[in-house]
Amino acid sequence: MEVEDIYIKLKEKFGEAIIDLVNNPPSDPFINVSPEKLFDICLELRDNPEFDFDYLMCLSGLDYVDNLQVVYHIYSMKKKHKIVLKVTVPKENPKVPSIERIWRSADWHEREAYDLFGIIFEGHHNLIRILLPYDWEGYPLRKDYKEPEFYHGIRVPY
Amino acid sequence: MGLLDRLDNPYDTGGIVLGTLEDILNWGRSKSDWYLHFGLACCAIEFMSMNASHFDFMRFGIIPRATPRQADFIMITGTVTLKMAERIKLLWEQMAEPKYCISVGSCANSGGPYWQYGYHVLKGVDRIIPVHVYVPGCPPRPEAMEEGMMKLQSLIDQQAIFRKRKKLAEEEELLQIKQR
Repeated sequence: MEVEDIYIKLKEKFGEAIIDLVNNPPSDPFINVSPEKLFDICLELRDNPEFDFDYLMCLSGLDYVDNLQVVYHIYSMKKKHKIVLKVTVPKENPKVPSIERIWRSADWHEREAYDLFGIIFEGHHNLIRILLPYDWEGYPLRKDYKEPEFYHGIRVPY
Repeated sequence: MGLLDRLDNPYDTGGIVLGTLEDILNWGRSKSDWYLHFGLACCAIEFMSMNASHFDFMRFGIIPRATPRQADFIMITGTVTLKMAERIKLLWEQMAEPKYCISVGSCANSGGPYWQYGYHVLKGVDRIIPVHVYVPGCPPRPEAMEEGMMKLQSLIDQQAIFRKRKKLAEEEELLQIKQR
């Protein structure tokens, strides 16, 4: 199934929650999605036999200074088609519904995005830091991050 | 094989080797170092070939140990993150004296490529534990690690066991003479 067909089918079902389709080759075409309906959209993509997306390839976080973005690369092993979803949330209140219950591979990916960007995935069963120490302050991959002077008495800057 | 000939025919060739007790003890110490390997990154991959038959690290009389209590020196091979730094310090404190440290690779020496934006990287393992030998490289070739090992051996060979104060005073005197 082509991305345009998927977009039209999703638009019919979810209406306003599907914002737009952006297609500038050579980059992958992607669909902007509103965060409120994200869980239902992902569930539809997995469970509708027409889509049959059974594999979350990648979940990444992005920082656009004012906004934070989460990007989902989803693939269907059986139908061999692929889709990219993007969700944008404001930096002051970065809350995105967790899709960890739909694709289990999202579990650690969401923890990593939380660890480094501070995106809060609502509904995640164990949203704690995955790479950095548990007592780390701040989210290091954000553009406005300042590196700490000391960590447990060890000087950090060069 | 001068020394071995002497041992085979002790009476013909003298059969006696003269040396101080200190030299002999240091000779034994430097040729039977056991190490605790702390592999953290690509330097540890290079270190694997060091341990394998091509470079054969064990010909230095070295045995890898899994516990700091039995180790004479620790090899820090790779990027030391802040999270790991505290563990390294703990292991170092668990090692029995006399103990040594070889820091292998740019990351362990000074933070390496992470020196500027590595918010999570310790900029040199010498910030938490004393380092006796630095091996530069990114990652160092196994030959460089051999060189580092030989440096550590020569360092142990020259160490004072008895009359430490006297030796230290002598060394200081020499230093002062050099500085003049």
